[in-house]
Amino acid sequence: MNKFTQFVKSFSLWELLLGMNLTGRYLFKPKVTIQYPEEKTPMSPRFRGLHALRRYENGEERCIACKLCEAVCPALAITIDSEEREDGTRRTTRYDIDLFKCIFCGFCEEACPVDSIVETHIFEYHFENRGDQIMTKEMLLEIGDKYEAEIAANRQADAPYR
Amino acid sequence: MSDAINTEFVTITVDGRELQAPKGAMLIEVTDKANIKVPRFCYHEKLAVAANCRMCLVEVEKAPKPLPACATPVMDGMVVYTQSAKAKEAQKSVMEFLLINHPLDCPICDQGGECELQDVAMGYGQDVSEYVEGKRVVFDKNIGPLIATELTRCIHCTRCVRFGREIAGLRELGMTGRGENALISTFLERSVDSELSGNVIDLCPVGALTAKPSRYGARSWEMVQHASIAPHDCIGSNVYIHTLRGQVRRVVPRDNEAVNEVWISDRDRFSYEGLASDDRVTAPMIRKDGVWVDADWDEALRLAASQIRQSLITSSDDDASDVDASSALAALISPSSTLEEMYLLQKLIRSLGSGSIDHRLRQSDFSDQDNAPVMPWLGQDIANLENIDAALLIGSHTRKEQPIINHRLRKAAVNKQAQISFINPRSFDANFPVANNISVAQQHLVHELAAVAAAAYALSGNPAPAYLADVVAKARPQPAHQSLVKQLQQGENSTVLVGSQAAMHPAYAAIRALAEAIAAQTGSIFGYLSDGANSAGAWLAGAVPHRGPCNTTDAVKGQPIADLIENAPTAAVLVNVEPEYDVAHSQALLDSLRRASAVVAITAFKSPALEDVASVILPAAAFSETSGTFVNAEGVTQSFNGANTPPGEARPGWKILRVLGNLLQLDGFDYVSSEQVRDELRSACEQMELDNSINDAPLVNVSAANDALMRATDVPIYATDALARRATSLQQTHDAVDLAVTLNPADAERLGLDDEEVTSVAVKQGEASATLRLILDASVPAGSAWIPAAVKGSERLGDPFGEVLIEKA
Repeated sequence: MNKFTQFVKSFSLWELLLGMNLTGRYLFKPKVTIQYPEEKTPMSPRFRGLHALRRYENGEERCIACKLCEAVCPALAITIDSEEREDGTRRTTRYDIDLFKCIFCGFCEEACPVDSIVETHIFEYHFENRGDQIMTKEMLLEIGDKYEAEIAANRQADAPYR
Repeated sequence: MSDAINTEFVTITVDGRELQAPKGAMLIEVTDKANIKVPRFCYHEKLAVAANCRMCLVEVEKAPKPLPACATPVMDGMVVYTQSAKAKEAQKSVMEFLLINHPLDCPICDQGGECELQDVAMGYGQDVSEYVEGKRVVFDKNIGPLIATELTRCIHCTRCVRFGREIAGLRELGMTGRGENALISTFLERSVDSELSGNVIDLCPVGALTAKPSRYGARSWEMVQHASIAPHDCIGSNVYIHTLRGQVRRVVPRDNEAVNEVWISDRDRFSYEGLASDDRVTAPMIRKDGVWVDADWDEALRLAASQIRQSLITSSDDDASDVDASSALAALISPSSTLEEMYLLQKLIRSLGSGSIDHRLRQSDFSDQDNAPVMPWLGQDIANLENIDAALLIGSHTRKEQPIINHRLRKAAVNKQAQISFINPRSFDANFPVANNISVAQQHLVHELAAVAAAAYALSGNPAPAYLADVVAKARPQPAHQSLVKQLQQGENSTVLVGSQAAMHPAYAAIRALAEAIAAQTGSIFGYLSDGANSAGAWLAGAVPHRGPCNTTDAVKGQPIADLIENAPTAAVLVNVEPEYDVAHSQALLDSLRRASAVVAITAFKSPALEDVASVILPAAAFSETSGTFVNAEGVTQSFNGANTPPGEARPGWKILRVLGNLLQLDGFDYVSSEQVRDELRSACEQMELDNSINDAPLVNVSAANDALMRATDVPIYATDALARRATSLQQTHDAVDLAVTLNPADAERLGLDDEEVTSVAVKQGEASATLRLILDASVPAGSAWIPAAVKGSERLGDPFGEVLIEKA
């Protein structure tokens, strides 16, 4: 009996028709492929990309050099030096993130008591020279300044779940 | 805090465990010993019980309310619960009250991570605060360059207040106001000036008092802790050095009941700042055609070795054996160098045939050095000093020179009413009741001691030995001297100590002989409070010209530093010495070194004077960067490892000396570790007996002092060594004095300088002269002009105990 069914199926191209059926179904379904980089996928407000250091509205940097991010970082990617600034406040003199070490786990932004270090939506970047992977405090603050509106909106969107 | 030894024991039950406890002990002492955790803020084992934080509440059966464990004496059959619902509820409530006014901004607090309040709040506090009202704000006070205040964080445990009252002996901090208005402050707007003040930083359970020099620099969890020994005084305080990425960030005490208990002096705590000084030598330097150029190690070491070798060969004579090596080659080493450096330096010098090595840089009287004991020994344990009944300190400003020794003496004076007396060239402030504070001009110090010795011989009825007979017979003891001697004799446990100002004195031999006689005749322990961190080690290592390592007398003998000043050596090796500040006759030594054809300096710090005289500078590791050993005054050998690497090309001193020995082709310089050097010396020194008694001494004769104004001097607390002199925060304190001349008002009147308008005077010592600020102070005895040594400008003056001429500028 089995042999007979197999004989009929192979002569009627049954398997081929099954395959064509699947292809035909997908031919008329909506497409998931996007045309990167012209097109982009939507992102969660919790997306963890390149880091930024934020400022308060009055221009004062948020970071207070508590070093909690440095302590929590599982990849030891953050290096901070701190000292007393002239006005008596606790501030960093150096805030380096080594992006080769960073595993983008987001613990630093979880640990930050003042929402200073955050991870942005930026994930498209490259380095051309050895040493470029070190993000200094100035670079991080610059990213923060540039994307502040977006960072603030993402924080707002995620706030109800925290 | 129970001092008396209780033999009676009671049995109590804590959390179901039966514990034996001495009767009258406080509950918290018993639980601490049994390792049962009871939270606390105000209780500290070294301070009196205040019971004002209420954090240590525990439940005691049959007591209606929870009781504070720190103020509840144990009673037989007591049943205590530290973890019961009632105890926990009480602790939780107290914690909530403490946090009402405490800011919750731990991330910016310098105590964060090592804060007792943080820890206890995690363990015993509530999850959330119910308090929503406004918090109290207290304005900070500036209490000096060492301690930063953030008084809003204060929880009023009063540990700092009790420390000031009970330990430092200065009521500098106090609490004013009550309840919400209570605040810790200095009574007057002024700085805290105790030499032990830094300890309040460790005592403060919160971030209200923190270290100013290291403020906001590092977190407790990221620093690496290294055990070490403090390098400034003969106590050898045990410390921890905390480093972050190879930089020393702070120094904190390490508990050692036998040595420093839980305290360290400010000098030990903050001197690390000098490590980062701009004066650090980071590469070997050689002088080429009168100009200093950086060199590599190989070149510099070879040059140093050839210069040393050259000094032993006369240019005119081919026969090298004619050269007196001891006058051609000399070595000076700081008394705060490690045992290994001292041993290797003397081995190097003696292997080359010279015995001229000395560490007694501030001493000028060497006439009795052959009668000196094995090492300047305290004669007793440091801990014994708090049990004495009577003490006489001669030429010692203990409080500033050895703060931890002073603390032990203070304990004896305060807790045991010990009769402690001083005979000093100046009336120094003491922070405890002093029985007799005798101060005489330095030129009369020997007379005064002779009078005390005469009283001692009169009391004991013994005849004075030949070397003292003459002075004792001539002396006229006064009632003060007699009562002093009586106190020493009546004390069951009494001591006579000779301090470092006596050691600097031009008649040190006489002072030593008389002091020993006073001790022997009154049944007191005789001891020394020596200069530097390792004077005792220097004697053991053989860094003296007349004795080899371990008191051997068959070693090559040489000249003491005094003779080197007169007859310049052909070549000199200086190890950790700043010739302008570390030496008594600095100007004379500099002149002598200038005449030398080669001066090899192994040092961590360069200075203009050193660059002026040296021919090669080899960069050495400073304190914290080298392994080594210090021997403290009680004879305890304490070794330590390096905590961080030296900057640049600098290397540990023992390694430099080792390689120098190899280059000079000397035998026995193949060490691979500093421990090997130490063990070689230690095995040689096994059969050493310490004995301070003097059986013979050069004849003591007292020359009639003339009426001339004589200079007297001391080394201010923060000028003792190169490291302390470069510690910027210490140099901003009130104890960091600048060069000035202090006169007794009577002398000033005699010289016509008592006019208020006279603020500076011309000081002349032979050819040396300077214009100095004038201070009038009755603590300086008439006949003395007090000018400190080892401070900037002091190197321009002459003999520290010589005649001085003062006139209007």
